[in-house]
Amino acid sequence: MELVMAITTGLLFAVAVYLILSRSVLRIILGTSLLTHGVHLLIMNMAGLKRGSAPLISEDTMSYTDPLPQALILTSIVINFGVTAFFLVLAYRANQTLGTDDLEKLRGGDENE
Amino acid sequence: MNNLIVLPLLLPLLSAIILVFLRKQVAVQRSISGISALLNIVIAVILVGQIQSDGIQTLYMGGWIPPYGIVFVADMFAGLLILTASVVGAACIFYSFSSIGEERERMYFYPLVQFLLAGVYGSFLTGDLFNLFVCFEVMLISSYALIVLGGSKRQLRESIKYMLVNILSSALFVTAVAYLYGALGTLNMAHLSQRVAEAGQGGMLNVIAILLMIVFSLKAGLFLFFWLPGSYAAPPAAIRALFAALLTKVGVYALVRTFSLIFYHDPAVTHTWLGWMAGATMVLGSIGAIAYRNVSSILNYQVVIGIGFIGLGLAIATQAAWDGVVFYLMHDMLAKVLLFILGGMLITAAGTEKLLEIRGLIDRYPLIGWLFLGTTLALVGIPPLSGFPGKVMLIRSAFQEQAFVLAAIGLISSFFVLYSLIVVFKQAFWGSELDQEPRTTVPPRSKLLNGTILAVFALLVFLGVNAEWLYEFVSHAGHVIAEPDLYIQAVMKE
Repeated sequence: MELVMAITTGLLFAVAVYLILSRSVLRIILGTSLLTHGVHLLIMNMAGLKRGSAPLISEDTMSYTDPLPQALILTSIVINFGVTAFFLVLAYRANQTLGTDDLEKLRGGDENE
Repeated sequence: MNNLIVLPLLLPLLSAIILVFLRKQVAVQRSISGISALLNIVIAVILVGQIQSDGIQTLYMGGWIPPYGIVFVADMFAGLLILTASVVGAACIFYSFSSIGEERERMYFYPLVQFLLAGVYGSFLTGDLFNLFVCFEVMLISSYALIVLGGSKRQLRESIKYMLVNILSSALFVTAVAYLYGALGTLNMAHLSQRVAEAGQGGMLNVIAILLMIVFSLKAGLFLFFWLPGSYAAPPAAIRALFAALLTKVGVYALVRTFSLIFYHDPAVTHTWLGWMAGATMVLGSIGAIAYRNVSSILNYQVVIGIGFIGLGLAIATQAAWDGVVFYLMHDMLAKVLLFILGGMLITAAGTEKLLEIRGLIDRYPLIGWLFLGTTLALVGIPPLSGFPGKVMLIRSAFQEQAFVLAAIGLISSFFVLYSLIVVFKQAFWGSELDQEPRTTVPPRSKLLNGTILAVFALLVFLGVNAEWLYEFVSHAGHVIAEPDLYIQAVMKE
């Protein structure tokens, strides 16, 4: 099972990198979102997939699943959600003001201020 | 256990939440953020005093003893940085009163600054790698909002790139955290240090170390600073000063922590890389600083050179070098905030960033002019100003470790700092003013602002003159950085 997860993580990273390397801002945002999903899967995989019961103390079971990765992933999902929402609004506003979502045209320097 | 050490984080957080509800009352917002910033300086002074007398202070959140739970650790290094950062924060807030404009003030400028400060202090205090990521994000999300606040074309264009770079580096940060957790099963920095020492820093751990190095170097602008000059040129001067003095320094702090506390066993790999990166940063930063005839570009490249110079100490990594890093970091934060505030005032006074269109401002603005010269000399390292002791310590430690090339690059980069800033000074302040209709923009002339810049400059002189007295604190900080066991014992008491 871990192997499948590892391959999925790799696929997510690959797709994300492909999307981030494109010129359209919207695709880039989708890419960053997928990249963070890949990272979350990686955290889950690195800590080992579920091996025991829920991490609540009881007498029935001796082995517990590590709750820490879930806490990390949850925090990271929340942060990623907020950042992606902000990024989407920013891209929309930039598109309205600058009239383009092509990163090649968003190149800036002192000469075209 | 010491509850005081959570206050530097809590105070800006609470003031930010209060400020959100006072959106329309600009005067109230100003006084609350000013008072909160000053209070933070007081708290930081008390904290530094406690650390000096009682050693490293810790706070176990919710009473969970490490390695469980999140621990806040205030050693001397963190304490001194919080003190300096709180002075920088106060200076930027006072500068923004007269420069940022009411429109931005109504659009949550002050709450965002307070959130940013909360993230910065949290990053300095936390003793947990994942919590460091969270504090980084608090700081970065506020900075995303601050960099685009106002919504000019240039800001929108640059903030997209700035956000993208930082989102990618954050994703890499979490990746590194995941690998570390998989490899060592903990994220508490002191515990990580113990486990790395037990396991031996071999191939796998070196890969993680390099990954963390890439992440923090991106944030600090050490070699990977390609995003910095463009992004920092976009926002208004007060925000620029805040970014230049604080954001990159948090990355440097993370680098120092990681490579002095956790990954210090294999300097042949990690610290050699750091050395090359520091050298390249200074060289490229110097080239950038002399290549432009635009005030804000020249100032932005000063940030890059400063980071490279601190990187020199990171690469040497002896106790003498750590002393130098701590001292120079404090000096650099104060000098950079003053330089950027003065640069902002200069740009407002002249009405343009283009250096060739500015002349002869010294008649109308003697204070800005002479303080600019003074700050330049401080950054170059002329005694008795504050740049001198830090540079002496860093260069001497480089000579002791026979890193002659790095030391030479460091010394030569000082000349480039001198040259590029003297060009600004000579062009903008000397000569007679250009014969043209007076600029419409009214430059800020407030007693508060003049008092602030004079106070920061007085601090620079004070740090330089009283270096001997300050060295007591700095060497305490350097000692703890150089001896990871002290940090570990303070955190893992049981």
